[in-house]
Amino acid sequence: MAYITCEDITLRYESLTVQEHLSFTVRKGDYLCIVGENGSGKSTLMKCLLGLKSVDAGTLTFGDGLKRNEIGYLPQQSQIQRSFPASVREVVLSGCLNGGFFHPFYTKADKARAAEQMQCLNITALADRCYRELSGGQQQRVLLARALCATKKLLLLDEPLTGLDPLVATELYAILRHIHEEHGITIIMITHDVECAVRHAKTILHIGKKDSFFGSCAEYEKSELGKRFLGENTEQEHCENCAHGHRKEASE
Amino acid sequence: MNDLSAILTPEYISVILLPALIAGIAVSLCSSLLGVSLVLKRCSMIGDGLSHVGYGTLCIAIAMGWAPMKVTVPVVIAAAYILLRLSESSRLGGDTAIALFSASALALGIFASSKANLTTDVSHYMFGSILAMSRSDVIFSVILSVCVLLVYLLFYDKIFAVTFDENFARATGLNVRFYNLMIAVLTAVTVVLGMMMMGALLISSLMIFPAVTAMRLCKRFRAVVLTAVAVSVSCFLIGLLFSLWFDTAVGASVILVNLLFYIISSVPAALLRKIQPNGNERTKSR
Ligand SMILES: [Zn+2]
Ligand SMILES: [Zn+2]
Repeated sequence: MAYITCEDITLRYESLTVQEHLSFTVRKGDYLCIVGENGSGKSTLMKCLLGLKSVDAGTLTFGDGLKRNEIGYLPQQSQIQRSFPASVREVVLSGCLNGGFFHPFYTKADKARAAEQMQCLNITALADRCYRELSGGQQQRVLLARALCATKKLLLLDEPLTGLDPLVATELYAILRHIHEEHGITIIMITHDVECAVRHAKTILHIGKKDSFFGSCAEYEKSELGKRFLGENTEQEHCENCAHGHRKEASE
Repeated sequence: MNDLSAILTPEYISVILLPALIAGIAVSLCSSLLGVSLVLKRCSMIGDGLSHVGYGTLCIAIAMGWAPMKVTVPVVIAAAYILLRLSESSRLGGDTAIALFSASALALGIFASSKANLTTDVSHYMFGSILAMSRSDVIFSVILSVCVLLVYLLFYDKIFAVTFDENFARATGLNVRFYNLMIAVLTAVTVVLGMMMMGALLISSLMIFPAVTAMRLCKRFRAVVLTAVAVSVSCFLIGLLFSLWFDTAVGASVILVNLLFYIISSVPAALLRKIQPNGNERTKSR
């Protein structure tokens, strides 16, 4: 049984149907990138996965012991957060709130968990700093630590690279690889950067306005849709977003 | 200027001043706590809208001869729920919907009170009357304030989460709608209590001022909350003393003290910006 199974789902944005007959699965240990043009329903799909919205037709089921509130979520930052007075520790701790209604305060275990995630993401030294004074990359790591507090299983990232410079983006990919490989966390990432997606992910879900694709990266590169979107860029040796070892090069 | 020693007879202190102090401190505590959330959630309009609804209801209650506070509190709580739903779903946009709704409620109240010829009675609540509260009103408001405080403390962590990032909170299974409603209901109670004491015209700014001052000074959420509470209570005490001394309106005096605090709090930040134009560099090198 997979963590998430989508069968023949339809997505609507307001009254407009943006996707029909979409099917895919996310299993434990997957690293899935969701790519597609703007307006193809990426963010609507993400809302469905998070339970912020229900699918308009078809079925979306959770399995393999994954509960809805066990998904760690890295949202795009809002304007409110950029000016919010909060310390890094306060933000990270707020990921520990899925204990439910009857756990009003953070427990010792919550605090230990937050400390552990801050250690892993190398932000322990920033714990008492003000969130709004950090650089974009540091803020992203803080939000990632918060997301990791909320999950031991599945992480969902919404365009995490937007607005980050290439060096910081490289760092983020390395962190994601660490989380994926060492902590065994399944990753779903929404991105507009198809080239990087192919290099870092294991599977690709491309949702286009006309057609869509779901399968492994290798299959995607051979597919019509993949060829069209990757274009000449697949041949490029160096990508400015991930200067470190690409999966493709490693296998050759 | 009044001679304070002549006013402050033991009888005046025990019958009028002490109850006013207790009720005023309790309400200042609540209003500053909720003010922080309202300012950070960018919905300070809700406080303003609720005070209009509250004033309208109060007018109707007085015109009908009902007990003002005990009628107004539940009505304003209901209004808080409606305002929240309006701002969530309205095509007009939250602020517009709130303005239309609260102005209608206010107009209805003024209509009723002018029909019953109560304008002098009612204008009491326009500017507040903390020194003229009945004993039962004082007890009622202290009990309600304690309830607001307890609920706020009990859900402090969740209120932070909902204020900082609604979508993340919702994704991790928090019932965001419930907590938003809770904040609105607590705000409603605070607005009604504050309106009786500080005046319907001023209560919403009394909620916001301490929060804004605290946000200038502090960098952590907890520090912001605690500072807002401290600022709010001290402004109330100073304002009350000032109003006794110079015989001015209590609510207006408290607001002016708040304004003074706000101006003072802006000085250090402005100075720092002058000395070190690049704020990021400063924090990195520390
Ligand atoms: Zn680690
Ligand atoms: Zn790349």
